[in-house]
Amino acid sequence: MASIDIQTVRKSFGAFPVLHGVDLTIQDGEFIVLVGPSGCGKSTLLRMIAGLEDVTSGDIQIDGKRVNDLAPKDRDIAMVFQSYALYPHMSVADNMSYSLRLRRSAKEKIASAVGGAAVKLGLEPLLERRPKALSGGQRQRVAMGRAIVRQPKAFLFDEPLSNLDARLREQMRAEIKKLHGDLRATSIYVTHDQIEAMTLADRIVAMHGGIVQQVGSPLELYDRPANLFVAGFIGSPGMNFFEGRYLVSGDHADMRLPSGTTLPIRKRDGLESGSAATLGIRPEHVILADTGALEAAVDLIEPTGFGIIMHVTVHGIPMKIFTQDRRMLTPGPAVRVDLPQNRLHLFNGEGKRVD
Amino acid sequence: MRSKPILTVLHRLAILAYVVFALFPLFWLLKVSVTPNDLLYSEGVRMWPSRTTFEHYSFVIAHSAFPTFFKNSLIVAGSTAVTVTILASLAGYALSRFNFRAKYWIVALMLITQMFPLVMLVAPIFKMLSPLGLTNSLPGLVLVYTAFNVPFATFLMQSFFDGIPKDLEEAAMIDGATQFVAFRQIILPLTLPGIAATLGFVFTAAWSELLFALMLISGNDASTFPVGLLTFVSKFSVDFGQMMAAGVLALIPACLFFLLIQRYLVQGLTAGAVKG
Ligand SMILES: Nc1ncnc2c1ncn2[C@@H]1O[C@H](COP(=O)(O)OP(=O)(O)O)[C@@H](O)[C@H]1O
Ligand SMILES: [Mg+2]
Repeated sequence: MASIDIQTVRKSFGAFPVLHGVDLTIQDGEFIVLVGPSGCGKSTLLRMIAGLEDVTSGDIQIDGKRVNDLAPKDRDIAMVFQSYALYPHMSVADNMSYSLRLRRSAKEKIASAVGGAAVKLGLEPLLERRPKALSGGQRQRVAMGRAIVRQPKAFLFDEPLSNLDARLREQMRAEIKKLHGDLRATSIYVTHDQIEAMTLADRIVAMHGGIVQQVGSPLELYDRPANLFVAGFIGSPGMNFFEGRYLVSGDHADMRLPSGTTLPIRKRDGLESGSAATLGIRPEHVILADTGALEAAVDLIEPTGFGIIMHVTVHGIPMKIFTQDRRMLTPGPAVRVDLPQNRLHLFNGEGKRVD
Repeated sequence: MRSKPILTVLHRLAILAYVVFALFPLFWLLKVSVTPNDLLYSEGVRMWPSRTTFEHYSFVIAHSAFPTFFKNSLIVAGSTAVTVTILASLAGYALSRFNFRAKYWIVALMLITQMFPLVMLVAPIFKMLSPLGLTNSLPGLVLVYTAFNVPFATFLMQSFFDGIPKDLEEAAMIDGATQFVAFRQIILPLTLPGIAATLGFVFTAAWSELLFALMLISGNDASTFPVGLLTFVSKFSVDFGQMMAAGVLALIPACLFFLLIQRYLVQGLTAGAVKG
């Protein structure tokens, strides 16, 4: 187990910059999730920690020791690949014991480590099989098993569940969480799936365009997204946004939408009256009420079983509402809604949160 | 496919026609090799002689220099195949996995070497090998064949390596292997089909090469079998029976070789074609 320190790390492929100075300190035993849309540089950052990509500039430290120039094998980390990368010509047991055999561990130690991992992951009946005789979920387990047979300083996961079907993904997600609970190993987990990020992480690192947008606990990111990107990325269905102008009159404030409608909001310091701003509210926080201040034309109803996603238009602006009120399955042409002030997020012209 | 039996039949017939067309010369080789000399011209064109004999075979084996030619060919083709395959595996892996500064130029250079007609190169190569004492010797032939086969074999091996996901050796390196250990223990075993294909390709190329064998070797001691076949052509006649018998014998190692590697070869050719 170890802490990992990433200091202003940059990465370019040729002249093409991919990471623009990432700073991140990971505590011993922490489960960190790197989340962001495809192509934002998550895998690149992970591979740099693993030693599979050179660091263009900046430092990476594992356990206080600079590892920029160490080969992957000398960093003592384990990694689970999206493709699983199982060795096709080796049995499951040999796949799992490969790292120990390379280290010339004693036979009994290998046997007990492989046996222990196999029990943890339910792989005992499969130990003699070749990877190609396994299902996707079983392969995934073998990949996990290969990582946990030794006690590395850290576990790295690169979208380990994205090749599984939804049900299996859910199940493995819970197992990974349980495994982390048992092993308490420093883990860095890359995913583009915000549900995985929310459910697994001690802390989430939200990335976009090679820049870290926000670091914090899942609920911090959900409750107080630092900018428009995080606000839109975390949560499902995604947050509703209204662009407009922030206007102060006396000790209260309004958002004026392009349609001319004004929405009363809490006054904030640090935002000048008249400046462009964006208002955000999560679909689950919109209140449906006959006395609501706004009229919303209903466009589409999506029942999910658990609830209902309503697509509506408010003053020409599309919006989503999430409700568990089954009467909304047949809502009529329009509904009235309220946007409660304490649920509103405000972002300035650059997209940064203002409180 | 299954819905149109007519199409299937036509398809099979087309394949049959092709196979017959391709194998007919081999059949003729076999036929002439067992035809007694006195029947060779007297019977006209027949599919099979009225009487067969193995006298050509026994003569070729017992009374000609053919066993020497055969042994020489085996040495030359075998050494060339092994040497080329080792070099091509290493070079192909480097081209597939590493980025280095001169890569583009090395590839271009290797392609250029494939553009010259070999005939142009006979004289300069003879000029170079002669002071080194490598003319009229088997190592000289191996050297020349290796040089000519490495570029193509390298490209062939590269395409096999390209078909193996990079993740595998990265996983191995994280597991604690150096890049070379990952290459040897993980990648190489997965490239066996490619290695078999390369071995087979180079072996047959070296086995049947005539031009350089003819130009660089004089005298029976170091002759390979394609050159040796020419000894059956005398000033006044061609001994077809013996020549064909020698030809049939020469086919045996190539056939054995392909039989040995065919399991890998079929996998390999398709794997190389689809390329991950
Ligand atoms: N070996 C490479 N050479 C050039 N560009 C690369 C290479 N690897 C990744 N990239 C580029 O870097 C960016 C980030 O890639 P990656 O880290 O894989 O994204 P993510 O994992 O977040 O989807 C992408 O634009 C990708 O095209
Ligand atoms: Mg990725």
